[in-house]
Amino acid sequence: MKLPTTPGAYQPGNMGVNPRTAGWKSKAPVLDAGKCDQCLKCWIYCPDAAVEVTADKVRFILDYCKGCGICAVECPTAAISMAGV
Amino acid sequence: MGEREELYRLPREELLSGGHQGISGYGGTIAVRQALKALGPNTVIVVPASAVATVGGLNTSTAWRIPFVHSLFECAPAMATGIRAALEIKGKTGVTLVSFAGDAGSADIGFQSLSGAAERDEDIIHVCYDDEAYLNTGGQAGGTTPAGAQTVNTPQGKPTGKKDLLSIIEAHGAGYVASASIAFPLDFIAKLRKAKERKGFRYLHILTPNPATWGFAADQTIHIARLAVDCGLWPLFEVEDGGRRVTYAPVRRVPVADYIRAQGRFRHLTGDQIAAMQAQVDASAGGGR
Ligand SMILES: Cc1ncc(C[n+]2csc(CCOP(=O)(O)OP(=O)(O)O)c2C)c(N)n1
Ligand code: SF4
Ligand code: SF4
Repeated sequence: MKLPTTPGAYQPGNMGVNPRTAGWKSKAPVLDAGKCDQCLKCWIYCPDAAVEVTADKVRFILDYCKGCGICAVECPTAAISMAGV
Repeated sequence: MGEREELYRLPREELLSGGHQGISGYGGTIAVRQALKALGPNTVIVVPASAVATVGGLNTSTAWRIPFVHSLFECAPAMATGIRAALEIKGKTGVTLVSFAGDAGSADIGFQSLSGAAERDEDIIHVCYDDEAYLNTGGQAGGTTPAGAQTVNTPQGKPTGKKDLLSIIEAHGAGYVASASIAFPLDFIAKLRKAKERKGFRYLHILTPNPATWGFAADQTIHIARLAVDCGLWPLFEVEDGGRRVTYAPVRRVPVADYIRAQGRFRHLTGDQIAAMQAQVDASAGGGR
């Protein structure tokens, strides 16, 4: 038996599309790429899946980032600073 | 393999999408993200009423990319047990069944179903993420809130101590029991991977500090989690078929006061009270190093 569902509802991960959390932050991380040695610590500690790793380089997804600053505190090379938005 | 290589080998895929409703710096979703790196897509997760259950659903949207069941408060392990039975009847193998509950959903209101599943050796993994309060309803004290902690309903500090759920589940004879910390993701992930390879009941308990209720700035979540381990209050260990092993021992312990003084919920504690906590840690197994 197939149960009725609301069209378009509850697609896997659809909360990540046009997230409402983008405007929650007062600060955002800024990367000094020259200092980053791609250790991935910011990636594994971020609560919001807001650090993306592509071609071994990290980048922040500001739509997801809530500006907590954990990445800046945990970065071993101080490559991340928090700036007002 | 070094830490860096191990991190590079973890799957990049995010099975809990960004954009979820967790508050800034929330330890619970750090635990979920790290757990899903080990559990992978072939997982069904059952989460009872709690902050983690709430942050992943909003109107008609979900942050989850794996099957997610929002159970009643009392019964996440029982629901996971039932789903396992249904999958067995349908002949579906290779699915990891996880009940992922807060400390109240594990140690207090959810305790009977957790205890039952452990005793019956059900083929599920239970993860307790412990923010040491009832976060979803405003941060009330519960069984796992530590002695002295101020909460909305213990304004002078909790008079009794933290319920030791790890020992309680160990006493059920569970095949695999482990503590974990969000500050030590590779340790947590290795334990979950080990748990995933086993059959029967498996239990992990991860400490997930929360900025607002513990009283620290949102960027300190991992730092506080690490201090809990490094001061000896939250030792990292596993018990596999009765064999106990410490999985991480701090090279040099930091004073308990460093952990306590960093949190607003303990701000009223006196030097003597903190010294008594230090003496307790020193006297506990492996202490005094
Ligand atoms: C039987 C029942 N009692 C009370 C509640 C209200 N309630 C929902 S979540 C919650 C607290 C959850 O605490 P915990 O399990 O520690 O998870 P946290 O929110 O701290 O992550 C309470 C009291 C409920 N949903 N069902
Ligand atoms: S933690 Fe710092 S050094 Fe490591 S990847 Fe992130 S920005 Fe780069
Ligand atoms: S500030 Fe917080 S949410 Fe934003 S990328 Fe850093 S850790 Fe993630």
